Amino acid sequence: MSNTKDDVYGDHISARFNDELTELKTQFLNMGGMVESQVEQAIEALTNNDSQLAEDVRLNDKTVDRMEMDLDEEAILVIARRQPAARDLRLVISVIKMVADLERVGDEAKKIAKMAIKLSEEGQAPRGYVEIRHIGKHVQSMLHDALDAFARLDTDQALRVMKEDKQVDEEYQAAARALLTFMMEDARNITRCMMVMWVLRALERIGDHACNIAEHVIFMAKGEDVRHASMEETERVVGR
Amino acid sequence: MNSMNTAAMPAETMSEKVAKPVIDEKPENAVITEGSTVGQPFADDPKFKLRNVEVSYGESPAIKNISLDIGRNEVIAFIGPSGCGKSTFLRCLNRMNDSIDICRVKGSLMLDDHDIYDPKRDVVELRARVGMVFQKPNPFPKSIYDNVAYGPRIHGLANRKSDLDDIVENSLRKAGLWDEVKDRLDATATGMSGGQQQRLCIARAIAVSPEVILMDEPCSALDPIATAKVEELIAEMSESYTIVIVTHSMQQAARVSDRTAYFHLGHLVEVNDTDKVFTAPDHQLTESYITGRFG
Repeated sequence: MSNTKDDVYGDHISARFNDELTELKTQFLNMGGMVESQVEQAIEALTNNDSQLAEDVRLNDKTVDRMEMDLDEEAILVIARRQPAARDLRLVISVIKMVADLERVGDEAKKIAKMAIKLSEEGQAPRGYVEIRHIGKHVQSMLHDALDAFARLDTDQALRVMKEDKQVDEEYQAAARALLTFMMEDARNITRCMMVMWVLRALERIGDHACNIAEHVIFMAKGEDVRHASMEETERVVGR
Repeated sequence: MNSMNTAAMPAETMSEKVAKPVIDEKPENAVITEGSTVGQPFADDPKFKLRNVEVSYGESPAIKNISLDIGRNEVIAFIGPSGCGKSTFLRCLNRMNDSIDICRVKGSLMLDDHDIYDPKRDVVELRARVGMVFQKPNPFPKSIYDNVAYGPRIHGLANRKSDLDDIVENSLRKAGLWDEVKDRLDATATGMSGGQQQRLCIARAIAVSPEVILMDEPCSALDPIATAKVEELIAEMSESYTIVIVTHSMQQAARVSDRTAYFHLGHLVEVNDTDKVFTAPDHQLTESYITGRFG
């Protein structure tokens, strides 16, 4: 990411300050890209019964963890050196918070990968893969859009991501009900179906984290905290 | 020196003077509306009611149509780039600009509903009520005791020596200096450290029982420890006095003040709660200044 003329975080008298903020944003988006890839590969490993790919996802989670620590350290140094104010302060604080969300998404991807390995050992579950693919696609797109909203400070897009979360929750509930019914019909399905339930739960959590990231983008851009606000209130903040 | 002895502006024009937020503009496009200010420039029952203040040095305008209330017992910080007019505006509040021949002040400046620039007003009494502390500590070349006692003597605030002793001790205590100097009150003030001299100047201002203390970059000549002590003092004093502080340090304004006023080329661009100014200001120019995009 370059420090273009339209970059609202550029233009400091101190070029080094510009560079530090640019570096922070770049590192964050790199971590975002890494985490997106982890989620994609974890779902692929599960649906394609690819335990080697799943193992790669598990091991790569260490990289995600290291990125989290590096980013937090970088943010702390910006605060110590620059005592940022206003939008710069909101950027740094939001990055610290969003990094935690990204790291959790990484953990959820690792959980999905673990389930993929288990299922390849136990034998695939008889049901749930359609739901996994569908919800998986949905939350991947939410995560991507949330990160994109950060990159472009697009609060309208952030708001759209937040509105998607309700739909994901409903899809998850429906999928869970269907799996429950299936388990009640035949107890032999329970173990493997429970693993699919954990995967669906992990995907639903990824959707929640994407929504959190979107809320932080709105805070960065508008200076108002919408984390526990109603949708109407959030729309008012974004529309202002 | 002239003044227009106008009454305070009627309430219905107040809304004209409060402009809408101007954020997300590039600094070169961000508009200042002359005579109106973004945020909360007015207060209920203010200590100072300042309306349409204009100050010029000869032909050069330094302050352009500023209206502002300063609340009772609040600490308000004036910030802005060099030459923006914040010190000029500060000096209007106790008529220190009178000492500058070519300086002209217009508008309505009221302290407790009395015109500061009323020709019949006693300026010396005004400056006792509205004390001032300057950037460079300027103790008199006298003893520590006499520095603090000078004002009360001039104003006849103590009849007996014991009363004067009490005033000196109380003032030095309030300025956080008593324990350091109580055993050497006869020592010459100019022998003290910079931080101690500045606190002595604060004690000197306090000794005449002011209602307002104006501070023009009071810490810029001090080391970090002395600065911290003076800032701590400001926090304690704000319970008893109204304090107006001009500062170049953004972090200091953020630490010590309740409201912050941002000046730009003689205009008052924004006044808001300090927390708001430093996390989400309402005007692009304020944000550009405090984030170090120009100054």
